[in-house]
Amino acid sequence: MSSEIDRALQFNRTALNILAERQGLLAANIANADTPNFKARDVDFASALKNALSDDTTNLTANSAVPLAHTAPKHLSGQTGENIMGSPVMYRNVLQPSADGNTVDMDRERAQFADNAVRYEASLKFIDSKIKGILSAIQG
Amino acid sequence: MSLFNIFDISGSAMTAQSQRLNTVASNLANADSTTSADGKTYRAKQVVFSAVPMGGAGGAGVRVAAVVEDASPLKKQYEPAHPMADEQGYVTMPNVNVVEEMVNMISASRAYQNNVDVLNTSKSMLLKTLSIGQ
Repeated sequence: MSSEIDRALQFNRTALNILAERQGLLAANIANADTPNFKARDVDFASALKNALSDDTTNLTANSAVPLAHTAPKHLSGQTGENIMGSPVMYRNVLQPSADGNTVDMDRERAQFADNAVRYEASLKFIDSKIKGILSAIQG
Repeated sequence: MSLFNIFDISGSAMTAQSQRLNTVASNLANADSTTSADGKTYRAKQVVFSAVPMGGAGGAGVRVAAVVEDASPLKKQYEPAHPMADEQGYVTMPNVNVVEEMVNMISASRAYQNNVDVLNTSKSMLLKTLSIGQ
């Protein structure tokens, strides 16, 4: 998994994965805009990318969970809550809480959704041009 | 969770919102129904949404957990000539609040549109992903 081509694409591939996951989270927030007691969730893209790119497990950041040692099959993993690429899925700070306990702010979610979609397409373009560059290097 | 899960999530939200729109239609249509299949006065129905985990980390779809009947008191209307009138001449009318239902209708239709937009954006993202390197 460390050929030259693989390494050339690794960064954008990881970014694309996280952006796709985040798009799903934002879609879930928009879908649950009318669900009582639903709390909007999001992931910190920068820390998720940093976690995913650092293979060095000794250099643990504050956000990544320390893995517990398993000595029996019934031991729990110690992972609290959901995470994307080692970065925890966090609850959004509430600006305008509603009476039914829902914290989805539609303006914010729609803006983030559009922003994330554009970033995803930008990453796609980067990968595309990298592949084209590699192809032209191969074919001459 | 891949982009395909967004179809499930937004799809479930669209189903839930259209069911909400359905109950609104039923409530508005029966705003004056003094009897129903069980012989009692029609009561307004409301949907209760709940989030269901869907598609891995943090993903949550929507489902209609229950359709509950509105517990607010039924209206009494003085109409002695009405066949359903009681001894005092009052007819028990449904507790449908038309203004509330209209607000519900607009909210449901906007939420539905939002989810259609999300679905379209995700679809175009997927299609663009398919054309990498072409």
